[in-house]
Amino acid sequence: MSATKPSVVAPADTQADTGSPTGSLPGHRVRLGVTTPMRLDSGLELGPFTVAYQTYGTLNADRSNAVLICHALTGDHFVLDTHPITGKPGWWEMMVGPGKPVDTDRYFVICSNVIGGCMGSTGPAETDPATGEPYGLKFPVITIADMVRAQTLLIDHLGIDQLFCVLGGSMGGMQVLEWASSYPERVFAAIPVATAARHSAQNIAFHEVGRQAIMADPDWCGGDYLRQGTRPHRGLAVARMAAHITYLSEPALHRKFGRNLQNRAQITYGFDADFQVESYLRHQGITFVERFDANSYLYITRAMDYFDLAADHDGVLANAFRHKGGGTPVRFCVASFTSDWLFPTPESRAVVHALNAVAANVSFVEIETDKGHDAFLLDEPEFHQVIRGFLEGCAEHRGLTARRRARSA
Amino acid sequence: MNGCAQRMTDADMSPLDDTSGIGTVRNGATRPRDIRIDLRLIADMVDPGSRVLDVGCGDGALLDFLTHEKGVDGRGIELSMDGVHRCVKQGLSVIQGDAEADLKDYPADAFDYVVLSQTLQAMREPRRVLEHMVRIGRHAIVSFPNFGYWRIRLQLLVHGRMPVTEQLGYQWWETPNIHLCTIADFVELCRVAGVTIERGVIVNRAGRVTGAGYGGLTNLMGEQAVFLLRRG
Repeated sequence: MSATKPSVVAPADTQADTGSPTGSLPGHRVRLGVTTPMRLDSGLELGPFTVAYQTYGTLNADRSNAVLICHALTGDHFVLDTHPITGKPGWWEMMVGPGKPVDTDRYFVICSNVIGGCMGSTGPAETDPATGEPYGLKFPVITIADMVRAQTLLIDHLGIDQLFCVLGGSMGGMQVLEWASSYPERVFAAIPVATAARHSAQNIAFHEVGRQAIMADPDWCGGDYLRQGTRPHRGLAVARMAAHITYLSEPALHRKFGRNLQNRAQITYGFDADFQVESYLRHQGITFVERFDANSYLYITRAMDYFDLAADHDGVLANAFRHKGGGTPVRFCVASFTSDWLFPTPESRAVVHALNAVAANVSFVEIETDKGHDAFLLDEPEFHQVIRGFLEGCAEHRGLTARRRARSA
Repeated sequence: MNGCAQRMTDADMSPLDDTSGIGTVRNGATRPRDIRIDLRLIADMVDPGSRVLDVGCGDGALLDFLTHEKGVDGRGIELSMDGVHRCVKQGLSVIQGDAEADLKDYPADAFDYVVLSQTLQAMREPRRVLEHMVRIGRHAIVSFPNFGYWRIRLQLLVHGRMPVTEQLGYQWWETPNIHLCTIADFVELCRVAGVTIERGVIVNRAGRVTGAGYGGLTNLMGEQAVFLLRRG
């Protein structure tokens, strides 16, 4: 594969945000919506704004091998990098990298921090150029479609007409569905994983618990904590603890912790973390607040709550996948996990049925696992083999590689 | 692939002299991929470059063959997750689903061919499935084991027990084949359901076409049947 790295991807587009709390983070940054602000679903406008992103691999000469990864609620664009704050490995090293299913030796992989996020893209923790102070709750409410709109501007900036593939899990999967629905000609293949075409009442309910935990923390200060010099760490930690339970499964929790006690021989008749599972959750909460902004958590959970692809298309999900009087040209691979009760398989199946209704090209697999919603981030060989096979099939159709038999010959 | 496409121009030939798919099976020389006899017969009924939905596609043998040898735009539905995984891993577009529940979702005329191989007899409502197939596809192709085959008749006659054959290897209490039929039964179903039979190819135990369409003695001599159908 002859490949050249286009100049547009050079760090020349990096623009240091002086005064930004995330200004020193690694990765690329681009200022978008400079000449024309981006119109948001709320009717408000945003611009200019910053999108922080990372790329891996090399864009080929005809710019046909770009893969966009959409991150989940508390994810970011450090797919393969050691995380600049936590020091942990990249969040999708199982899936992405040289020789991995999303092979960075073959594909040019892009991942951007969503707008409203807190790892370098414009969000409530960033400085509002109009006031010179953090946006806080003055930041406009954004939607999944707004996040994707910002990504299209990034893809424009990178000079890419059509993405070879868009993939992501959970909220990332929502973005994948939005991409395929709103920009079908700009997406060759789409992999929505462990996701849904709408956020369920139960999921909105869980998000509301998290938001209320944050807003009940006196240090939240009505959203103005950055100016007040405080951080609603306790509220955000509780929000994370509650959410984290929804990412696991009862069997996984039982397998991992059972009723085991934490560094003690017997219960203490008090409210210390007697049980390992309590200690684990507290740790999850405490480490989360180091890297995540509480207001970002409010905004991004809201974006997920508002997502309802069918509602945007006369209440008929299949209409979201109609294109020029026929079905969507996008090739889909929908994947779910048996023990995921946050985005259970019927949610994926609803997407598949809608795609069938327009005779779309779709694969659908349910992966057997006890690891719950988080399974998409974990070591699930069957899942990874399926994604690898799907991408290889798509690459063949897209003409990215030689035919299978020629390769194996 | 060229040889294959060439052979497909025979698509409108009479069932009487249709042995197009057979010789190559035995010789095995001109075809790079080897597939089951009934799948070969189905493949021979499919025009190159067409859109195909394979219902109950198993491990994707037919889809893989059609995709790579005839350049079709192929999709599959498969009930078993194991089969689905094997298909998707080799790059085939297959969904996990129950054909009887999922076929209703597809729009009319979405495909050129809807294929159901060796699965009709396992359906709860074969007639409904057949009707959906001719609705979704301009053509339907159905293959099934002929329960009127003389060896099956003989087993029941001589032993007085439910037949167990190489092809139908289940005991009566464990078989998924809940709606077995004979060729004559199937022809009657097509008549009742308003489905037109365009072609019927009946194969004997040796994998050879019995040679006389789907009438007469084929119901006795044929072990498997493959029908090309359309609605109306």
